Amino acid sequence: MVSLPGSTAVAGIGATEFSKQSGRSELQLAAEAVFAALDDAGLSPSDVDGLVTYTQDTNQEIAVAREVGIGDLTFFSRVHYGGGAACGTVLHAAMAVATGVAETVVCYRAFNERSGRRFGQPDARIGGEPSSQGLEMSWHVPYGLMTPAAWVAMFARRYMHAYGVTSEDFGRVAVAMRRHAATNPAAWFHGRPITLEEHQASRWIAEPLHLLDCCQESDGAVALVVTSAERARDLRRSPALISAAAQGAGAGQLMMTSYYRDDMTGLPEMGVVGRRLWEQSGLGPADIQTAILYDHFTPFVLTQLEELGFCGRGEARDFVAGGGIEIDGRLPVNPHGGQLGEAYIHGMNGIAEAVRQIRGTSVNQVAAVRNVLVTAGTGVPTSGLVLSAE
Amino acid sequence: MTATAEADLHDRLMALAERQIAVGEVRGVAAADPVNLPMIRHWAAAMGDANPVYTDAEAAAGSAHGEIVAPPAMIQVWTMPGVVRDGRQATTPVDDVLRALDGSGYTGVVATNCEQTYHRYLRLGERLVPATRFTGLAGPKRTALGEGYFVTWNITWYSQDEPVADMLFRVLKFRPRERKTKPEAREPYPLKPAINRDTAFFWEGVGRGELLIQRCADCGELRHPPGPVCPSCRSVERTHVVASGVGEVYSYVVHHNPPVPGRSTPFVVAVVELPEGVRIVGNVVDCPPEEVGIGMQVRVTYRQMDDELILPMWVPQES
Repeated sequence: MVSLPGSTAVAGIGATEFSKQSGRSELQLAAEAVFAALDDAGLSPSDVDGLVTYTQDTNQEIAVAREVGIGDLTFFSRVHYGGGAACGTVLHAAMAVATGVAETVVCYRAFNERSGRRFGQPDARIGGEPSSQGLEMSWHVPYGLMTPAAWVAMFARRYMHAYGVTSEDFGRVAVAMRRHAATNPAAWFHGRPITLEEHQASRWIAEPLHLLDCCQESDGAVALVVTSAERARDLRRSPALISAAAQGAGAGQLMMTSYYRDDMTGLPEMGVVGRRLWEQSGLGPADIQTAILYDHFTPFVLTQLEELGFCGRGEARDFVAGGGIEIDGRLPVNPHGGQLGEAYIHGMNGIAEAVRQIRGTSVNQVAAVRNVLVTAGTGVPTSGLVLSAE
Repeated sequence: MTATAEADLHDRLMALAERQIAVGEVRGVAAADPVNLPMIRHWAAAMGDANPVYTDAEAAAGSAHGEIVAPPAMIQVWTMPGVVRDGRQATTPVDDVLRALDGSGYTGVVATNCEQTYHRYLRLGERLVPATRFTGLAGPKRTALGEGYFVTWNITWYSQDEPVADMLFRVLKFRPRERKTKPEAREPYPLKPAINRDTAFFWEGVGRGELLIQRCADCGELRHPPGPVCPSCRSVERTHVVASGVGEVYSYVVHHNPPVPGRSTPFVVAVVELPEGVRIVGNVVDCPPEEVGIGMQVRVTYRQMDDELILPMWVPQES
């Protein structure tokens, strides 16, 4: 059997600027990010033989290949379930490289999520089709339960009830992310930290979530170059070895409204991912120097700390209360500012930050980083990575 | 609306107003540009104000000001957001009140008062920061436009930390008079469920005023949401039971933003646990959102959304 851990690496990262109005097409953003990632790796478009993106991306692999001048493709693949796809794209790429299906695969995500189609806005069409997803949505959308914030708020309310968690506990996550973004020039909220009081005073989106519990909406693109560890060692940058990569869905899983399972206070699909990551890498929470935890909404950052074993059930509020996830805390989370602070590129910008942390080139560099854990979208079928230094 | 519902709405609005008053002054985003000559020149030209102290450095040097100053009445211009919102606007304590009024049918708006006080002239290069205080809600009042509420707020502009101008602003948010329509004509409800052969029984039941739970005809397992194959015994033989119609709120959200088509905000959506052992999602209605809580006992009710669709919803059991 081909073994995944350690045999592949992220050799290049690239991104456009993160904005609210890119002023150009999503395809152009994709091409720019792919060029930047290839330049970073020291590769040319002719070296690429595989492309992976999200099912939600509007730019077909062949269209990106045409713009960038990539020739023959031997591998192309899409990963489903919104932001849950992020680390899954790297998993697909790594599997293709490890099995010899492709040599160099670029993963990309490009969108005008703020100036174009906004995921945070209600879309009456999502419940309209009798596909399995349309039928699933039809148990919720007719009641006006149709925005990601509201879907997550339903879990958050039960979590608060079960563990005595408060809105301030969620707010501390937002404050930490904005603190990190404040010193990251690439972040939309560069130079704009917030206080817990400002979090509390921000308007309601879907109680118990305030505006500042919700990540921003962004235009931009990120691309990652995945190749064999052996080849990556000969390229321009130190490789970020893929020590583990996993996808996960749980029993009784729905897209984002898994309200019918026994418990609503955990993220079983992230538990699946976490167990696989620890098994594959032979590592555990104590071996991780910094983590990139998907932060589209603050409550699930707490749940992930518990689900991945960084603390016990119901203990994340204490973990966070002492500044535990801040840059100088016991587990710095999202040193780039996350999606709450840097940009919402559906989790791909977090993978790029993980690579910078491994290289030692982040603007908010954590000391002596050996291993970084990365997660993808929460509340949906998801994915994760452990990246490691040589 | 019934008289009780009107009274509830009024109480909710006044409670919201009280909370927003308590929020106090909230600082907004600093002006995109400092006080500057090009904008002054455009404004003065548009207003037909030829006073050279606003545009002519030499004339201004010889005036009491000693330098160019901005026309005081321009005060709002400096911090007014552009037509294209870029996401950098700050929220103010007024937003929630206006949104609540919009959501309650007071969708019309007309400005009624604007009183500005200028503490001193502004010089070129000063960068202003607005700060907003919500100060009052009064109503409902009958007006020629329709019934409405007067909403009042104050903006203070700061240069550094010095207040340089104040403004009291008041609008009337009113319910536009309804045009007479035929009583049977209903707007189609925009949030329709997709229905197929696996789920049709549920919606047909709702149409008859029955809440149905799928039951496996072989092993008897109850299941919601329903599906074509029993996950316990693989049977495709399905039947259903009529639920008792009571339940308990297991979790809930109060949706405020963004607006949802076919709905006025805020509204409550809950996961309701039924004594039969399944959960179902629905709205909690006829109950102020702040009175909804986990563990609340509810019973089913049915609401006609348009000519075709009926939705099961939940009301407090004691009502």
